[in-house]
Amino acid sequence: MCGNEACGEGAILAGCTFYAGYPITPQNELTAYIAKRMLETGGVFIQAESELAAINMVFGASVAGARAMTSSSSPGISLKQEGISYLAACELPCVIVNMQRGGPGLGNIAPSQADYFQAVKGGGHGDYKLIVFAPSSAQELLEFTYLAFELADKYRNPTFILGDGLLGQMMEPVQIRYTNDDIRTTKKEWALTGCKGRKPNVIKSLLLGEGELERHNQKLQEKYSSIKKIEQRAEAFYIKDSDIVVTAYGSVARIARSAMKKARAKGIRVGMIRPITLWPFPDRLFKETADRTEKFLVVEMSAGQMVEDVKLAVGGRTDVEFYGRMGGAIPTEEEILEKIESII
Amino acid sequence: MKSRAKGKGKGKGKGKGKGHALTENNLIFAHPASLRDVENHYCAGCGHGIVHRLICEAVDEFGIREKTIGVAPVGCAVLAYDYWDFDVTEAAHGRTPAVATGIKRVRPDNIVFTYQGDGDLAAIGTAEIIHTANRGENITVIFVNNGVYGMTGGQMAPTTLAGQKTATTIYGRSLKRDGYPIKILEMLAVLPGAKYLERVAVNSAHEVLRAKRAIKNAFKMQIDNKGFSMVEVLSMCPTYWEMTSIQAAKRINDEVATFYPLGVIKSC
Repeated sequence: MCGNEACGEGAILAGCTFYAGYPITPQNELTAYIAKRMLETGGVFIQAESELAAINMVFGASVAGARAMTSSSSPGISLKQEGISYLAACELPCVIVNMQRGGPGLGNIAPSQADYFQAVKGGGHGDYKLIVFAPSSAQELLEFTYLAFELADKYRNPTFILGDGLLGQMMEPVQIRYTNDDIRTTKKEWALTGCKGRKPNVIKSLLLGEGELERHNQKLQEKYSSIKKIEQRAEAFYIKDSDIVVTAYGSVARIARSAMKKARAKGIRVGMIRPITLWPFPDRLFKETADRTEKFLVVEMSAGQMVEDVKLAVGGRTDVEFYGRMGGAIPTEEEILEKIESII
Repeated sequence: MKSRAKGKGKGKGKGKGKGHALTENNLIFAHPASLRDVENHYCAGCGHGIVHRLICEAVDEFGIREKTIGVAPVGCAVLAYDYWDFDVTEAAHGRTPAVATGIKRVRPDNIVFTYQGDGDLAAIGTAEIIHTANRGENITVIFVNNGVYGMTGGQMAPTTLAGQKTATTIYGRSLKRDGYPIKILEMLAVLPGAKYLERVAVNSAHEVLRAKRAIKNAFKMQIDNKGFSMVEVLSMCPTYWEMTSIQAAKRINDEVATFYPLGVIKSC
């Protein structure tokens, strides 16, 4: 199946019963797939009138206690930001998928990674964080989407899948290793179900009392700190035996890995770190690696966004170089290899 | 307000010679159980308090408090959850019907309603209200139209009448510059998904009774799974109309209801 479909199947396997979305390329296969699967599984699919409506329908579904999801691509994700801020503020779990395309503006429909900042720094108004996964294959789109639902419920926080048009549309074999019995559900006592046998529940982010909003922010930040401690994920290759560590995520990580192999075949000691969670950023691994290696090379389909987090993580202990392509252009193995050779 | 009626007065007042004791049979006016006995933040002469109460009376009379979920707007009624004693969520400005859609689709057995002002529903949330009605979502919308943005300081609303002075139309709304006031119910009436649309007012005891009847009809539509129902309530904003409460109530008859006709716009 294609990556978009794998993502949709991951959601269904995780017990997602509500999806609302709006058509946009390159994530349309996801909308179509999940529309069909919701019919088969008795879930709710709504083609909303806008991205704004879609994210707020997800807000409502989450308020009502359902596992809910929306997906879009870059311009549509910009439209959802207000709703995402509300979801984070109200501590409502849900999963949001961005199959990024070239920007800014209407841009094009080619793959891009230029929405990294938007995904990992919050995106909408206010101080908040989303747990952001960066899958690099159809298999991971399925598995990380599944995991994203679990973590969303566990932390009462929106989680985010940051893919791109290449991953979404690429066809790959996918293994399904879950059954419905695997679903770990959390009891949602905060959800609005009608106040039978309990005091009424209220879900809100408006906190006008003296110091109330600051206390709420402190509580959110404490939650984010604990997520940062527990949920950092990354994959590493040859980092104990490298002069230069290439860093890339998502689809670019696959190209970078091939470049790394070619470089090693040429006798250049190249390792690689592939962040799997972009927030929390796996900075512990970068810190440790910074003491062993000479240099980092960050490769992205952007003007340089994740490179800033790498620099923050290594704290000036090693040089951090960057190679990027923009506007939907994809870096090639040869380009990355050339860059490695030029900075070694 | 202190003598809140407790659900059931079982056994009380049965004894002979206690003809004046309050019982369920002779109780004709009480504080609705769903309306919290707290002070509200609304200005003197504002209609929101009345509409809150009518909703609570309807909820109590249908016995649906324990399955009602309200969606509060952004606007003067943003704190509605402080007054209603049932489950309530906030919604981003104008997205209220989208949030209600999400809740109702997940929990079709609950009674879900939105409470929206004219800025929320008729300006920033125009797309949401049209498409929610058009999908025929089985929810109830209570739309309070007072013709101004009260919360933000009395700016022009989409429903502000021609010539009406507001913070952003200091010489009065100019149809040429500011466009025309929107009759939302008449717009929605053409949609097959909209099943019950009525416009009422809360500027007199008589109109309040009619408003309550309309709100009950709208909730009944939802209870009977008949689809989208909406009641527009013409309400007073003495503060930003710069009038006394009495003048504001009179203005509803003299100016507002002459442009926004009262009555059932659609029922099917």
